[in-house]
Amino acid sequence: MRLAIKRRASSGQRPGPDGERAWDMEKARPQWGNPLQFVFACISYAVGLGNVWRFPYLCQMYGGGSFLVPYVIMLIVEGMPLLYLELAVGQRMRQGSIGAWRTISPYLSGVGVASVVVSFFLSMYYNVINAWGFWYLFHSFQDPLPWSVCPLNGNRTGYDEECEKASSTQYFWYRKTLNISPSIQENGGVQWEPALCLTLAWLVVYLCILRGTESTGKVVYFTASMPYCVLIIYLVRGLTLHGATNGLMYMFTPKMEQLANPKAWINAATQIFFSLGLGFGSLIAFASYNEPSNNCQKHAIIVSIINSSTSIFASIVTFSIYGFKATFNYENCLNKVILLLTNSFDLEDGFLTANNLEEVKDYLASTYPSKYSDVFPHIRNCSLESELNTAVQGTGLAFIVYTEAIKNMEVSQLWSVLYFFMLLMLGMGSMLGNTAAILTPLTDSKVISSYLPKEAISGLVCLINCAIGMVFTMEAGNYWFDIFNDYAATLSLLLIVLVETIAVCYVYGLKRFESDLQAMTGRSLNWYWKAMWAFVSPVLIISLFVFYLSDYILTGTLQYQAWDATQGQLVTKDYPPHALAVIGLLVASSTMCIPLVALGTFIRNRLKRGGSSPVA
Amino acid sequence: MLWLLLFLVTAIHAELCHPDAENAFKVRLSIRTALGDKAYVWDTDEEYLFRAMVAFSMRKVPNRETTEISHVLLCNVTQRVSFWFVVTDPSKNHTLPAAEVQSAIRMNRNRINSAFFLDDHTLEFLKIPSTLAPPPDASVPVWIIVFGVIFCIVVVAIALLVLSGIRQRRRNNKGPLGVEDAEDKCENIITIENGIPCDPLDTKGGLINDGFLTEDERLTPL
Repeated sequence: MRLAIKRRASSGQRPGPDGERAWDMEKARPQWGNPLQFVFACISYAVGLGNVWRFPYLCQMYGGGSFLVPYVIMLIVEGMPLLYLELAVGQRMRQGSIGAWRTISPYLSGVGVASVVVSFFLSMYYNVINAWGFWYLFHSFQDPLPWSVCPLNGNRTGYDEECEKASSTQYFWYRKTLNISPSIQENGGVQWEPALCLTLAWLVVYLCILRGTESTGKVVYFTASMPYCVLIIYLVRGLTLHGATNGLMYMFTPKMEQLANPKAWINAATQIFFSLGLGFGSLIAFASYNEPSNNCQKHAIIVSIINSSTSIFASIVTFSIYGFKATFNYENCLNKVILLLTNSFDLEDGFLTANNLEEVKDYLASTYPSKYSDVFPHIRNCSLESELNTAVQGTGLAFIVYTEAIKNMEVSQLWSVLYFFMLLMLGMGSMLGNTAAILTPLTDSKVISSYLPKEAISGLVCLINCAIGMVFTMEAGNYWFDIFNDYAATLSLLLIVLVETIAVCYVYGLKRFESDLQAMTGRSLNWYWKAMWAFVSPVLIISLFVFYLSDYILTGTLQYQAWDATQGQLVTKDYPPHALAVIGLLVASSTMCIPLVALGTFIRNRLKRGGSSPVA
Repeated sequence: MLWLLLFLVTAIHAELCHPDAENAFKVRLSIRTALGDKAYVWDTDEEYLFRAMVAFSMRKVPNRETTEISHVLLCNVTQRVSFWFVVTDPSKNHTLPAAEVQSAIRMNRNRINSAFFLDDHTLEFLKIPSTLAPPPDASVPVWIIVFGVIFCIVVVAIALLVLSGIRQRRRNNKGPLGVEDAEDKCENIITIENGIPCDPLDTKGGLINDGFLTEDERLTPL
């Protein structure tokens, strides 16, 4: 197997970043086989699970069709400029995040370090989702699907109690997959089944990143295109399901008053920001393997548009599935009411239908008032609206709601396998970007890459992550997962991207960066990008940052949702002190990198220059 | 006289079998739900079949092998279709204990269901819980088999890649670079170092390196 190293002629002298003219000695940096691999890698990284399980939720919460307005505006104002900035930085500096920011300014290499730290946290917990995906995928080869029936209780006269109170899909998720403990304090032991799946997930990731861009470039063809195939299949299937139109109409009916709600705009901005994966260093890493003349402006626009369109596309699929599930549950509810009335009043079987239910109820209320008042408390008010209103996001959507819809389809094994395969592709694609963000700075660094070959470095990173990831396979693992999911990346990323934008525009100099880009790609920089980078995007990010901080401060104590097995539902609990400490540590360890490294560089420079007087 | 006898029989019947009588069970059928268009009408013949099935079930109980169809009494048949039934002893004076009837029905539930083309949900015996069928239990869970297959494939692929990488690195360290470059046909763009193409330098046999000035030209001629 040959390394497809392309050696390019050094076209003579090139001005280095500090203005000195230096011979550009080309070390053979691996490159993408063709620009399409780069685009696919970016798409595969950006299009992830958030497009499938977060965007539909936001759409539902903030006014359906009218949410698209703030979403598209934020895409144009925030998403595209910031994406272009990161790609341009990576392509120009041709190094991973640490090296790139060190080149811009030695005091700012802390930004790169912070990116690597955040990517490290992300890869620790993100692969657990892939492990769950594998678990469900392997269990899809059974008939009937294990989450469609409740297990029997001890003497086989009924179903397991926890399963009765919750639903079979919730039971399978909370009890069989997670084996969740009642609170975060009760840790339990490492469950061997999720641990096996996590090991497999890391082995697959290692397989994909083993050879660097060469292997990653081939894998991303698959991980980028496969989810679209499955989404199209699901779209066709979803639209033909009974009741799908209910969900679609509900979602896309615009509620224009939501446009006045500031939360809608904030969530649109946040969603665009996190959905593109800015600030992790993955985009810089990917772009660093580009040829310098690559047209990254075009690619930035393409990737961001594809990312947003995928979100909208996935939400169409999700809402047709929602509609199906809601209609199914609504009809079930009606059938239960019909059965109850038929049994209580000994009416003829089949006499009561959904159509004449109301009239017969009135008739019975008037004819047998006493008996009717006995039965009345048990009659549930079935409403399609309330079924559609149950908005879910995150792992709950993917592993509970979707599986509930799938178990009611015909040939449910096939749909289940397709669905979890798609989830795995999405998750793996994002993991490739995350690990690239960690590995590129490591392989760039001369110290480490002189001791260890690339395969060994990748193997070591995967091993360490897998070992730490075993925490999430414990009984309380899902609570720790939620902590990481909510706090590891949010604040830190906002700060990182803010510093990035300010660094490029004001520290490095926008004019200098513009001339670099022009020399590199041969195209001049549009005034639009300059305006966005210099003014609009930093203002947006600062306002997002302020909003998040004030939100955390105002809510006071942080709470989480714990599964109560006796009631069969989620209950809210407060985080214990050690969990709060971990949250603080997570946020601090990445954000503090920036000032600490700047301080360290400053001290080192002073020591070098001063020599005698030690800086305290 | 005959009228008195008939009256007596129906009176006893009414005493033994009425809703919520001692040792009586309520049965509920949902024929239209189960069979849809192919639903049959519930008439006295179907009732006779039901009584026969209950008598059959009771005969399987030890000490009750002499139960006859006439010992099974039905009453209060509604439109639903639902009714109550009791099983009397041969003397027709009192009813058999509920526990015996319950165990008999539970043992033969399948036969009774299939006689009417119904199942546990559509032919309900209230107060007699049905034994639920256990899920089919494979000796080795299916998911472990699939997991094992994929795990082995991934491990083999990793091993192949790692080994080929090691072999390639060993070949790179040992063999001359010229061999490599000669094979690298299509994508080879000439590397230029200091303005001089490198390719000629890589082949064996040695060529004059134009990067070095010859002795004559270093000194300006007089």
